Amino acid sequence: MKHHHATLPTPVAESLGGELVSRYGAGLRRRYLILAALAVFTVLLALQAVAVGAFDLSPYKVLLILLGQGEGTQSVVVFNIRLPRIVAAIVTGWGLGLSGLVTQSLLRNPLASPFTLGMSHGAAFGAAFAIVFLGAGAVSTSALYSAGSTDFMFSSLYAVTLMAFAGAMAATAVIILLARMRQMSASAVILAGVAMSSLFMSGTILVQYFATEVEIATVVFWTFGDVARSNWREILVLAVATLLVSAYFLRRRWDLNALLAGEETAQALGVHVTRLRLLGMFLASLLVALATAFHGIIAFLGLLAPHISRRLVGGDHRLLVPCSGLVGSALLLAADTVGRMVVGSGSLPVGVLTSFMGAPLFLYLLLKGKRL
Amino acid sequence: MTLEAKGLHFNYNGQPVLRGLNLSLEHGEITGILGINGAGKSTLLRCLNRILRPQKGVVMVEDRDLSKLGGEQIARLIGYVAQSQEREPLSVFDAVLLGRKPHIKWQATSHDLDVVTRVLTQMGLEPLALRPVSSLSGGEAQKVVIARALAQEPHLLLLDEPTSNLDLRNQLEVMELLMQAVRDQGLGAAVCLHDINLALRYLDRMVLMKQGQVHALITPEELTADIIRQVYGVEAVLAEVEGHRVVIPRSASPRKQARPATPHHHT
Repeated sequence: MKHHHATLPTPVAESLGGELVSRYGAGLRRRYLILAALAVFTVLLALQAVAVGAFDLSPYKVLLILLGQGEGTQSVVVFNIRLPRIVAAIVTGWGLGLSGLVTQSLLRNPLASPFTLGMSHGAAFGAAFAIVFLGAGAVSTSALYSAGSTDFMFSSLYAVTLMAFAGAMAATAVIILLARMRQMSASAVILAGVAMSSLFMSGTILVQYFATEVEIATVVFWTFGDVARSNWREILVLAVATLLVSAYFLRRRWDLNALLAGEETAQALGVHVTRLRLLGMFLASLLVALATAFHGIIAFLGLLAPHISRRLVGGDHRLLVPCSGLVGSALLLAADTVGRMVVGSGSLPVGVLTSFMGAPLFLYLLLKGKRL
Repeated sequence: MTLEAKGLHFNYNGQPVLRGLNLSLEHGEITGILGINGAGKSTLLRCLNRILRPQKGVVMVEDRDLSKLGGEQIARLIGYVAQSQEREPLSVFDAVLLGRKPHIKWQATSHDLDVVTRVLTQMGLEPLALRPVSSLSGGEAQKVVIARALAQEPHLLLLDEPTSNLDLRNQLEVMELLMQAVRDQGLGAAVCLHDINLALRYLDRMVLMKQGQVHALITPEELTADIIRQVYGVEAVLAEVEGHRVVIPRSASPRKQARPATPHHHT
């Protein structure tokens, strides 16, 4: 800001440079505009999503209800049934989209994501373990039935989340160690992720042998991500965490950009690469753990969102950080809404739909063998 | 004097790479660092800007001890061009703007944009400024990397084989641009080079490294066939063509001569 009126060395350079800076500025503004358009689209999608369902409402009516102009039943449907689920999709989608971006950027691996690295499965195993062995069953009942019917205990939330985090961190630690110890290729790291996923999945199935029927139902729910059973407390916890982690990565957006130029160059530009990588992966694991503890494994979302975002706004993390979050939100919201519309009663778990979108992209990236 | 390194020791997996190396660099001069593969040239550069931490020794830049500075403070003093380069998915402008990272607090200011524009113009990259780096030729991409280092507005440039993957024309262009930047802005510069003829043509001083130490510190005029034999184990003649000294290698010296000769030349 101080340098706002800095002068260029010569008049010639000023006219040339001024023109270049303004063309550069225009390009940047255009990409921010895409971001804004995406935000507006997500809001409209959310309104539409609230309107869709057995109890028919128009998006305009929804807007009125949200502004406090609704009648009794309508308000109950919107605030207690539909809104939690929709806000949960937005927050969870943002968290997973952002986690996907940072795992890709920090590991410099276009195939990386919480799902493909085994972090999601680790978190699911941790959550299942907590429910069955640490008596965090109270969560299971509240998670199984619709939001608001059973207010669950804080201690259970604590145990499930903590164990989910431990599981996600275990997967992350193995990936980081492997990537560090041996100069592994991007696909080899993902293979390690597949191994971790299988291990955690087997663990989750093993845990079921020691579980009661209700517990089993809960554990199964974790293998298919779903935002249907959300309550405001979970949403609040996830939203606060997502906000703080997003702020951190926004603060570090130049560091993430520097990492694009290679580790040595980033170091020479003053980035503490090891610290950034460890803290960044830690925070990404935290978001994945919370999202998975509350909503189960939502496959491939973290892979899809950053790749779509790069298509939309390019490789610059100034835009990519918010864009990956937004795309994640929009995707999960769309998948959930479509899931609610195509199935007559109840809904299709979003994890099924995101898999159908994500798996082909994964194969495409694998075939292309593209570097980040 | 812009840089002074004293008694640098660096071991890699227990193997000594640098063994008590001393070096100083002057403003407005390009110093070449030459030697065989594995002589410790790249390690030396990385120890000079603390990408690697030397186990012993001191590096002072502009009279400040680097071990007492943070990463960003060092990045405001030293620009570094690594040997292997990634093609980042950014525009040329954004790639060079990364050089302002050590100066940027939260957002790039108009001063930052002005510096980038000036460097792009200086390097002849302005017409390419809004193109993606991935679409550039090898020579153009190498200029972008050097432009980024210049955009740091450093006091000192360290370059690890900036010409090794370039064709003849680009080698000359890159060296000329470097020379110009160093002279105009009074920077200090150290360049690792394999091409001894390029070194003779463009460098002000040559540091010939052997087994982790400075074997000889000379001007290009002082290079002799003896020194080439001692450092590279190659029989060569030095000739003068159109005012330029050139090295013409004749044959590799017999191995037994090249190796045990080393202890005598340590000083």
